[in-house]
Amino acid sequence: MIEVNRQGEVWVFAEAEGGELSDVPLELLSKGRELSDKLGVPLGAVLLGGDKIAPLADTLIAHGADKIYMVCDAKLDHYQTAPYSHVICNLIEARKPQIVMYGATPIGRDLAPTIASAAKCGLTADCTDLQIGDHKPPGDDTVHKNLLFQIRPAFGGNIIATIVNYDRWPQMATVREGVMVMPESDESRTGEVVECEAGLDDIEVPLEIIESVRREKKVNLKGARIIVSGGAGVGGRDNFELIHELARCLGAEVGGSRAAVDLGYVSHDHQVGQTGTTVRPALYIACGISGAVQHRAGMEEAGKIIAINIDPEAPIFQVAHMGIVGDMNVVIPKLIKAIRSGASITQGAAD
Amino acid sequence: MGYNCVVCVKQVPDTKRITGEAMQEDGTVNRAALPAIFNPEDLNALEEALAIREAHGGTVTAIAMGLPAACEVLREALYRGADRAILITDRRAAASDTLATSYILSCAIGKLQADIVLCGRQAIDGDTAQVGPQLAEKLSIPLITYLEKLDALDGDTITIERNVGNGFEIVRAKLPVLVTVMDTANTPRPPAARRIMKFKKARSCAEIEKMAEGLLMGDYEDYTAELQAGEVEKHCARLEEKGLLIEQWDLDYLEADLSWCGRGGSPTKVHRIQSVVLKGGEYKEYAGDDTGVNELVASLIKDHTIG
Repeated sequence: MIEVNRQGEVWVFAEAEGGELSDVPLELLSKGRELSDKLGVPLGAVLLGGDKIAPLADTLIAHGADKIYMVCDAKLDHYQTAPYSHVICNLIEARKPQIVMYGATPIGRDLAPTIASAAKCGLTADCTDLQIGDHKPPGDDTVHKNLLFQIRPAFGGNIIATIVNYDRWPQMATVREGVMVMPESDESRTGEVVECEAGLDDIEVPLEIIESVRREKKVNLKGARIIVSGGAGVGGRDNFELIHELARCLGAEVGGSRAAVDLGYVSHDHQVGQTGTTVRPALYIACGISGAVQHRAGMEEAGKIIAINIDPEAPIFQVAHMGIVGDMNVVIPKLIKAIRSGASITQGAAD
Repeated sequence: MGYNCVVCVKQVPDTKRITGEAMQEDGTVNRAALPAIFNPEDLNALEEALAIREAHGGTVTAIAMGLPAACEVLREALYRGADRAILITDRRAAASDTLATSYILSCAIGKLQADIVLCGRQAIDGDTAQVGPQLAEKLSIPLITYLEKLDALDGDTITIERNVGNGFEIVRAKLPVLVTVMDTANTPRPPAARRIMKFKKARSCAEIEKMAEGLLMGDYEDYTAELQAGEVEKHCARLEEKGLLIEQWDLDYLEADLSWCGRGGSPTKVHRIQSVVLKGGEYKEYAGDDTGVNELVASLIKDHTIG
């Protein structure tokens, strides 16, 4: 734990694998930029890895970072909890940042709690928003100014909690993928690269990695402009083919509610919601999805939401912009027909 | 050789089954109306431990931190095959965040000489997935998150396949280790009827005290004249003789540093809680017939959402 340090920087953990940055540290830089500007402190990115990471520093600077703390060591080539947490704890101890953010990825959710435990500081998981604000503890007249408001859904998405951490710093949070906007890259930005010692010579790496296999993600929900999702109301694996067909004719990605995934209609890669992917497409079509909070938490930021459900009381209609009350098995074929002919009409008009 | 497995289990409100009864008029959730259940992924952790005992021998200890009501999940662990159940309960542990919780659990596990500590990946009430990693750090043992499959356990070496989201990794480590277990790792066995018969009367001292005060009268058939007479200790001793006493540890027994426990030991504080209320906005309904569908599609094409 470090003392409260108002001059401390805002840091982002720049998760990288195989010499490539994932999307989430870049998303974090957009939020980090906003927070550090508000606090009037530099925005730092912590970049760890083997010998392939040096070129990534420029990408981080172009996306908003002022300082890159770069640590290269063979023991950091592949992510492992112990050496990564050791290096970052030392950096925190030495440079006393006031805020450290991590992506709520499998790596971030393994690393951040380990660091929080070692540093004896607070950590809030899976934040969907971060703000700067003041906090007055109950029964205490002290107002703690300019704290990090760590905002997250809790209790299965039924409440939104704002968490603060005012006495044991740094203030740390993991942030859900896809909820922060990806910043534009600006090649003209300049920044400083600070090369730091790993200090791992005496550290034993406890895990031996026998095999490591990464598969290309076949489903790209986060990047999709249109998503067609099905829920339990689809009624069967065969009926789910209709969802795929509608998606194909719109050039859309296929999503599913947790219920649809649990019922085996579609694989977990497609799951939208609290325990799946958070999406913000231009158009989201929810078919046979009742709209449990866990699902809504992952899609309510969509530009336009269309709900098709046989139950007029389904909560999904309350977040939808457009809706059809009816059996999706009847409605979707009509939709497909209308879209196909509608598209040809538009084309005809353009000629 | 056998392995001593310690499984951390948590009693949680069933946030995934929010039915009409739990929904309040204003669209928020009445938490008290939700049933308390065994955290789902902790069942997977327990199953993994039971499978290790079956294959290699050893013991399975289930440990829960919470109110005396959490004994319900400990009994459930006994029904499913755990050898021993320990409740950590203490008013001074209330309002612990994940850091304080992992500290208290580490004090308890420090007394148990565990070879393998197993936790569910995360609990469905907080979904933080933090206690497992923090507990490993506090115990200074290697952390292996997201266990998908136990590949091998040989002497003091464990080999595990872990699910890293976009693929998998096979890692090897020397015991002791802490693993967090995914819900996809296994199918938890159901409670055994024979064990239910045996352990349904297993109780912790805190429960027995409540029974003696008559507070749990309706819930327990074994509310006896002995208890009515306030003879709690005698009753506890009899349960212990029969192997039916759920051990109960408090912070004094754990020799925990109180400054790291409970609200005071928790760096994270709640600034505000807001209920999620369904947002209402502009909404247009279309008919499910050809006319309605065509109208809807036409409006999407018109504003360039599609086409």
